[in-house]
Amino acid sequence: MLEIKNLHARIVDDGTEIIRGLNLTVRAGEVAAIMGPNGSGKSTLSYILAGREDYEVTEGDILYNGESILEMDPAERATSGIFLAFQYPMEIPGVATMEFLKVAMNEQRKARGEEPLKIPEFLKRVKDAAASLNMDMAMLKRPLNVGFSGGEKKRAEILQMKLLEPKLCVLDETDSGLDIDALKIVADGVNALRSPDRAIVVITHYQRLLQYIVPDTVHVLYRGQVIKSGDKSLALDLEANGYAGVIGQAA
Amino acid sequence: MPAVQDTIDRVRKIDVDQYKYGFQTEIAMDKAPKGLSEDIIRFISAKKDEPSWMLEWRLGAYRRWVTLDEPKWARVHYPKIDFQDLHYYAAPKSTPGPTSLSDVDPELLRVYEKLGIPLKEQEILAGVQKTDVSEFEEASDNVYKSGRVAVDAVFDSVSVVTTFKKELAQAGVIFCSISEAIREHPELVKKYLGSVVPTSDNFYATLNSAVFTDGSFVFVPKGVRCPMELSTYFRMNEKNTGQFERTLIIAEEGAYVSYLEGCTAPQRDENQLHAAVVELIALDDAEIKYSTVQNWYPGDAEGKGGIYNFVTKRGDCRGDRSKISWTQVETGSAITWKYPSCILRGDDSSGEFYSIAVSNGYQQVDSGTKMIHLGKNTSSRIISKGIAAGFSQNTYRGQVSAHRKATNARNFTNCDSLLIGDQCGAHTVPYMEAKNATAQFEHEATTSKISEDQKFYVMQRGIPEEEAIALIVNGFVKDVIQQLPMEFAVEAQKLIGISLEGSVG
Repeated sequence: MLEIKNLHARIVDDGTEIIRGLNLTVRAGEVAAIMGPNGSGKSTLSYILAGREDYEVTEGDILYNGESILEMDPAERATSGIFLAFQYPMEIPGVATMEFLKVAMNEQRKARGEEPLKIPEFLKRVKDAAASLNMDMAMLKRPLNVGFSGGEKKRAEILQMKLLEPKLCVLDETDSGLDIDALKIVADGVNALRSPDRAIVVITHYQRLLQYIVPDTVHVLYRGQVIKSGDKSLALDLEANGYAGVIGQAA
Repeated sequence: MPAVQDTIDRVRKIDVDQYKYGFQTEIAMDKAPKGLSEDIIRFISAKKDEPSWMLEWRLGAYRRWVTLDEPKWARVHYPKIDFQDLHYYAAPKSTPGPTSLSDVDPELLRVYEKLGIPLKEQEILAGVQKTDVSEFEEASDNVYKSGRVAVDAVFDSVSVVTTFKKELAQAGVIFCSISEAIREHPELVKKYLGSVVPTSDNFYATLNSAVFTDGSFVFVPKGVRCPMELSTYFRMNEKNTGQFERTLIIAEEGAYVSYLEGCTAPQRDENQLHAAVVELIALDDAEIKYSTVQNWYPGDAEGKGGIYNFVTKRGDCRGDRSKISWTQVETGSAITWKYPSCILRGDDSSGEFYSIAVSNGYQQVDSGTKMIHLGKNTSSRIISKGIAAGFSQNTYRGQVSAHRKATNARNFTNCDSLLIGDQCGAHTVPYMEAKNATAQFEHEATTSKISEDQKFYVMQRGIPEEEAIALIVNGFVKDVIQQLPMEFAVEAQKLIGISLEGSVG
């Protein structure tokens, strides 16, 4: 589903190269974890997948279902099924969460040539999804992410992911700032989305989240490259021995 | 579901050019020769069958005007206007005072249709009661359902259609063109016209006093709550015709009225001057709510050909406990020079100003308000949201003052500016002056930019760039949109979306 080939990318403003020949393949139905020390390029990778303009791809390609997405803008990538759950979701003052959900869902439907959702159907979907994440409907009347706690923001991200039904989900440090109860709820939400036609990429610093979202593959990112790949035992190994060992082997 | 939310969808459905309403209709015009002189004023007055006192009033204003200079203090720049190169009167020929819709030139009705906006008003005009409104419209547009909007349509300079007169008359409300009021209710016009904005007030108001051709007149007698929203659609049409509307609204003791004004104009090459005057008078315990959505042609991509909008709007809270509220959404015009103000004369009176000013391209906006506290325990509230995009300049200019005798005057001012891109400018120029030590004035101001982070986040959910910006901007202005009557809120959001098209990329 996702194929990243020899990707090189830099920051547009100052030319700093962050991604340096990264290769990664994630198949449909797979949950892939991307781990790595701070500054290894994890969040940058998520931004580049989502099409952020601050980064420039200088070499290589990103194929999604066999086709390059490099020329697509963030909205086009989103409507094609790529979703990024942000590490730091943005506040959108004056725009009720509910309103935002409706606009986003209907924009995506429009792009696919579908009719906008009827209001009762829309409400039903939102209610069901919110209930599964233990979210209060009253919260959805508040402006999106404004004044939300860290945990509420992350839940709101997962809520959006559920409702938009993406094919490739990228979760950037979704566990940061969550207490253990919230972490379980969020993980349950993600696990419920596991399906044979969907790939999930979980970017995380710690192994903790992977106890709840058990990955099929684990990839270690260091200095803009995947330096080691393995199964879930690799994550446990990293937890026990730190990144130093893996980095040493690669060097 | 809040209306704001539903209407966002409508905004998205609109697929238009930068300026959707740029077209001209061909209706035979009857107009005065170019230029301004006492003879032209006599011509206008004669055309309108005015009594001699009105002519004298106009001539007095004209003699004053020739001694005045154009104001220069606003942050706007434009080539000098040749006031002798304008027509000061134009009227649609084929409409000698129609009394019903069937008398109206069908071409004119087609204009309304093209405008898109007054579709529902057309139906109301035609007496059509829609029964199969969809669930969507039902939820978001109660005006549609009830059909309770009275329209006084101004096509160029003459009021063509006035509806709902009967029902209004039953309530004792007078809603007609100012020309008709001069003929039918001279005692009221004499008493109130120029009592808020005197003929000597300022260059443009004085010009308007000399040459105004039409506008609306509303009189709500003592104790009457006007049974419906009153609405006027202005539209300039004839080439090189300055438009000089004059509106006068009087709410007697304990009366209430809500008035809506909306505008749109055809595209053209030459600049059009617009200098309206609006006077509001609220007596004891009366309340007037005045809402505007302004979308005049802002000029082409290089900033040429847009409308110059120099407007004097002022409300006088003449009675105790009276209230005047201005709400405006300004998206059009090449130049906007406009300061809807309140004179808080009565004790315990209050004034409000809610404003959204959107500028894009090369538009220049210099707008704000004055709150003049004269009576005791008077209060005022100013919420201004300026949005600048493209190469535009957007200035908030406000004055809050408390007179020596204005014990316990209170004001709260909040001015927020939002910048889109890095070629535009936002400016805030507040003046505050308290001559009474008990006055309490608060002022808050912020300037922010739509961040790339916000835009990226919204787009990542599948919302295209321009819609993403419109969504963020509509969030920014929500406080003000909520002040608008429902049907205007729909229109306002639509216009904000349209106005910002092309502001990115």
